[in-house]
Amino acid sequence: MYSAATESLIKQAREIKEDELQKFYGRVFKLLHSKDQGGDTVDSLQRLHLILSATKYSRELPSDLVMKLQTVLCSSCPEQLQVLSCSILREIFLSVHSLCSNVSQDSRTISYVASIALSQAGNKEEVMPLCHHLLKSLESRLSEGQMSKHTLPILSKMISVYPDILTDDQVNLVSRKMVDWLRYASMQQGASVSSGGFFSGPRTRQPAPLMELDGVVTGDFFTVLCVGQSYTEDQWMNMYAFSMIRSWLLTYDTGGTSNAESDDRSEVDSSVMSMVSATSSSSRLLPPKERLREKTFEYCQRLIEQSDRKALKKTDTELQKACIVESVSIMDIICGEDPSYVYRAFPCIKALYGRLNGDLAYSRTLIPIAQFYLNHSEMAAVDSEAVFRQLFGHCPTGQFNEPMLAFEFIQFCLLNASTLQARVTNYRHSFPNLLKFLAWNSPGLISEFVELLPSLLAPDTAIELLHTILDLPCLAAALDLQHRSACYQASDRTLWDQQGVKVAACLDAFRQPFYRGLFLYILRPEAGTGDTIDRHFIELLSLYIIGCRLRMLHEILADMADSPRVVRCAQVIPVLLHVYFNTVTQISDEKLMNQLMLVLLERSGLLYNIRTFHAEVQRVFSTHLQTLCKLHPSLIVDQSRELLDFVGSPSNIYSKEDFYTHVVWVIGEYLSVSYDTRCSVELITSFFESLEAVLFEITQVRQSASPPSFSPRLITVLMTTLAKLATRSQDLIPRVSLFLSKMRLFARSAPVTACYSEEDSEEIITRAHELINLLKLPNVAQFVLAPSAGGDGPRWHRDTNTSLPQSMRTISTLLHRHSSVLPT
Amino acid sequence: MVICFLIHTVCPLSALSAGESRILYSRSFGPETGDGRDFTSEQRRLMQKEKLHIVARQVRSAVALSREASGNPCVEAVLGEEAVALGEAECGVFSLCNAELFPDRSVVLWLGVQSLAFTLVCRPHENHLLAEGTLRSIARHCLEELRLLGPGSEVLLKSDRVDAMLHRLLPHGQLLFLNHRFVFSLDKERASYVSK
Repeated sequence: MYSAATESLIKQAREIKEDELQKFYGRVFKLLHSKDQGGDTVDSLQRLHLILSATKYSRELPSDLVMKLQTVLCSSCPEQLQVLSCSILREIFLSVHSLCSNVSQDSRTISYVASIALSQAGNKEEVMPLCHHLLKSLESRLSEGQMSKHTLPILSKMISVYPDILTDDQVNLVSRKMVDWLRYASMQQGASVSSGGFFSGPRTRQPAPLMELDGVVTGDFFTVLCVGQSYTEDQWMNMYAFSMIRSWLLTYDTGGTSNAESDDRSEVDSSVMSMVSATSSSSRLLPPKERLREKTFEYCQRLIEQSDRKALKKTDTELQKACIVESVSIMDIICGEDPSYVYRAFPCIKALYGRLNGDLAYSRTLIPIAQFYLNHSEMAAVDSEAVFRQLFGHCPTGQFNEPMLAFEFIQFCLLNASTLQARVTNYRHSFPNLLKFLAWNSPGLISEFVELLPSLLAPDTAIELLHTILDLPCLAAALDLQHRSACYQASDRTLWDQQGVKVAACLDAFRQPFYRGLFLYILRPEAGTGDTIDRHFIELLSLYIIGCRLRMLHEILADMADSPRVVRCAQVIPVLLHVYFNTVTQISDEKLMNQLMLVLLERSGLLYNIRTFHAEVQRVFSTHLQTLCKLHPSLIVDQSRELLDFVGSPSNIYSKEDFYTHVVWVIGEYLSVSYDTRCSVELITSFFESLEAVLFEITQVRQSASPPSFSPRLITVLMTTLAKLATRSQDLIPRVSLFLSKMRLFARSAPVTACYSEEDSEEIITRAHELINLLKLPNVAQFVLAPSAGGDGPRWHRDTNTSLPQSMRTISTLLHRHSSVLPT
Repeated sequence: MVICFLIHTVCPLSALSAGESRILYSRSFGPETGDGRDFTSEQRRLMQKEKLHIVARQVRSAVALSREASGNPCVEAVLGEEAVALGEAECGVFSLCNAELFPDRSVVLWLGVQSLAFTLVCRPHENHLLAEGTLRSIARHCLEELRLLGPGSEVLLKSDRVDAMLHRLLPHGQLLFLNHRFVFSLDKERASYVSK
C-alpha cells in the first residue's frame, strides 16, 4: 500500500529547488492562461498541490498565479480544475475579503469559495459577506439550481464557530425555510434522467411515488429514510436540513427560551397536561423557533417509526440506527427546552425501547434512550429502573469487545456520573461489568476510567472494588478466553490449536465444569453486598475464600500472563490504584481503613504473575500504606496481630521486599503511646522480638551463608525501627545495643562484601554506630528517632528549650565525644 | 461536525523514527474556534500541520495496540479485494484529552486497513454511528478510486478525487444522513467528474 515510490515522491516535493520551483510556477501560469483544460493542466495542478501540501512550511506563490487560480475557481470551468484550484488556494494565504467580494451566482462555485474562506478566516468579519450572500439566496425565491445545495452545511459550519454571526431575524428566516424543507418537501420522485427502454413513453413520465426502505410506497411526508430513483432539490434540502438540525437547535434553541419557560413551569407541574398540545393545525400561529421545534419533533417521530421497517440494504439498516440515535437525541433536546413535549415523547420512546431491548445489534441505540430516561423520566413519573438494569447488567456482559459501544457507554457514564450516582440504584454496583470494558481495551479507555472511577466508589463496595481492580488482568485473560471460546467451536481443533499451546491449555480449563465457578466469579456482572448476613463475618470469610479461589485462578491463567492484552491491562493498574486510594481515603471511616489495611497485607502476595506487575503494585501499596497510617495511626494497634504475622515471616522479605520494608517503617513510626493509648509495653515488646528475630535470622554470619538477597535498605530500616521501639520501652535498649554492635561483623563478612557495594556496607556500619550512640541518651534518642506529631510545627524551632538547632548541636557534640569508645 | 480527515501510514517506515506516521492526505474543515487568537496565517498553518501529526501518531499507536491485542494475522489483500480489506479492517475510537489540540475533548475515529489508516476527528457528542458509517463509506471510495491496495502513488497525485468525494459526502465537515439512493446519486455525479 505504501511504497518506496510514494516516499520518494514526497521527498522530491519537499526538496525541490527554488529556481526549479519558480520555473514550474511559470509553466503552470502559462497552461492556465492558455485555457487548455486537458491532461497537462490537470497534471501540473496536481503536482503543484503536492508540492505545497507535502511540507508543513508555507511556500509563497507569485501573485499573478494566485490571481489566475482565483479566476479559474470562480469561472465556469470543468469541476476538476475548480477542485484543484480550491485545494491549492487552501494551502496558501489569501485575503479572504478579496475572494469573497466578487462572489458569483454559480451555486457550485460558492461552495468551493466557502471552503477556502472558512479555512482561512481568522474572525467573524471575514466570512460575513459570504454569509450574507447565502442568506440572500435563501430569502429570494431562486429557481432550481441557483441556490447552492451546500447552503445549509456552510451555514452550519459558520454557526458552529461563530454562533453570533446570525441576527435574530436571520435565525427566524432560516428556521422558516427549514420548516418548509423538513416537513413540506415534495412527495414524489425527482425527474430522473430517462434510461430509455421499450416502455418509457410520454405516459410513463409521470412522477413516481417514493418508497420506504423496505419497498413499500411512502404514505407520509418525505424524510431521509425515503428512497426514490432521483431526488428533487427540496428533498436534498430536507436531507441537509435534518443533518444539521441538532446543532442548530443546540445553538439557537437552548437556554434562550428558558425565561419564558420558568414562568410556565409551575403551571406545567400542577395542572393536568393535555395530550393534545400544540397540534399541527394550530402550529402555524407559533413563532418560527417554536414551529421548527414542532416540525422537527414530528420528523423525529416519523423516523423512529420508519426505522422499524426491515431495510433491503445493509447500509440502510446502519442508517436507520444512526437515525434512531439522532432522533432520540433531538427529542431529548426539545423536551429539555419545552417540557410539554415530554408527554408526547415518552410513549414513542418507551415503545422504541421495548422494540430494541434485547437486540444486540441495536445496543448502541440504547444509550441515547437511557439518556432520555435519565433526563425526563422523573418529570414524567415514568419508572426507569428496568432500563438501567438492562443497560448496566446486560450490555457490557455480551459486548465488552465492541470498541465503539464501549467508548459511547463510558462517555455516557462520565457525562452523567453525579446523576447516576444519585438516582440509579444499581450504577455503583455495576462496576464489575463496567470494568470489563477497561480490561478489554486498557490503553484506549484508561484516561476515561481515571475520571470515572471515583463515581463508582461507595463505602459498602469499596473493598470488593479494590479486589476487582487488582484482578483486572485476570479479568482480561478470562474475557479473552470467553471471546475465543465463543468464536471457535470445540470441535474445530485446528483453529483452536492454531492459537498456540498456551492459550489452548487455558481454553481447555475455561471449558471445564470444575473451574466454572471460578470463571463465573471473575466474570460476574454485579458486586455482591451480603447485607442480610453479618458483614464482618462475610468479609473475613470472603478474604479467605477469595484467597483460595484467586490462587487457583491465577494458576489456571498463568499461561496467559504474557499475552498482549493482559500485559497492557497490567500496565494501567498502578494509576487506577492511585486514583482509588486517593478517593477512598476521603470517604473512609475507621472500619473501612482497617479493611483496606488488611487487603494491602493480604494481596501484596496474591497477585497474578505478570512481569513487573508485582513490583509496580507493591510500590503503590507502599505509598498508600504510609498515607493510611498517617491518616489513622491507630491502625497499627488495631491490626497488630496481622502485622505481627506479616513481619514475623522472613518469607515475606523474599517475595515482597519493598512492601515489607515499608511495613516495618510504619510500625517504627506509628507504634507509640502518643498515637494510640492502647499501645502497651507488651505490644511494643512483642513487635520488637518479632523484628529482632527476623533481623537475626537474615544477618546470621555462617560459613555456609549465601549472599543476602535483600537490599541494604532493609537492614538499615530494621535497625532503625528496632531502635525506635527500644526508645519507647527502655528496657529493650541494652538488647538492641548489643545486637547492633554485631552488625559490623555482619557487614564485614565475606558474602556481604561480595554482594553489597563498599558504600552500602559502610552505611550499615555507620548507621549501627549512630544508633548505638543515640541510644546511650534515651530521651534525646526518643526525640530524634520518633518526634511527636508536633515536631513539624514552628514551636520546635522557636522555643529555646526544645528547639531543633540546639538539640542537634547537643547530639553532634555527644557523637563526637563518644566516637572513641566504639566497639571494633 | 467533522474537524478533519486524514489518510496516513500505520506501518513502520525506514525513513521515519518508530511511532511516526506519514500523512498522505489531510483535509481540515475550517477553523475550530473563533476565538481570534492573534497568530499569523503562517503560524496557524504550521500549528495545524503539527496538530495533524500528533493525531496521526496517536492513531498509529492505537492501531498497533489493537492489532497486538487481538493477535489476528494481518490479511494482505490486493487490488480488486477492497471489500475483503474493509471487512478485515479494525476500527476504534478515543478522545483527545489535550484541549489545546482541538476544542473540548474531540473524538478521533479511526479505521485501520493494512498499512494505512483513515481517521476522522469529530467534535464531542457527535453522532458516532453516523460518523463511523461515513468513515467506512469514505474509506471504501478511497480504496477503490486511489487504488490504495496497489503499489501506486495515486493518493498523492490524485488527491483532488478525494477532495471531490469529501465535497459530496462530507461537505464542509457536515455529516450527512445518506441512504443508498442519495449515495448513488452522488456517485453518479462524481463519476462524470472523474471521466472528464
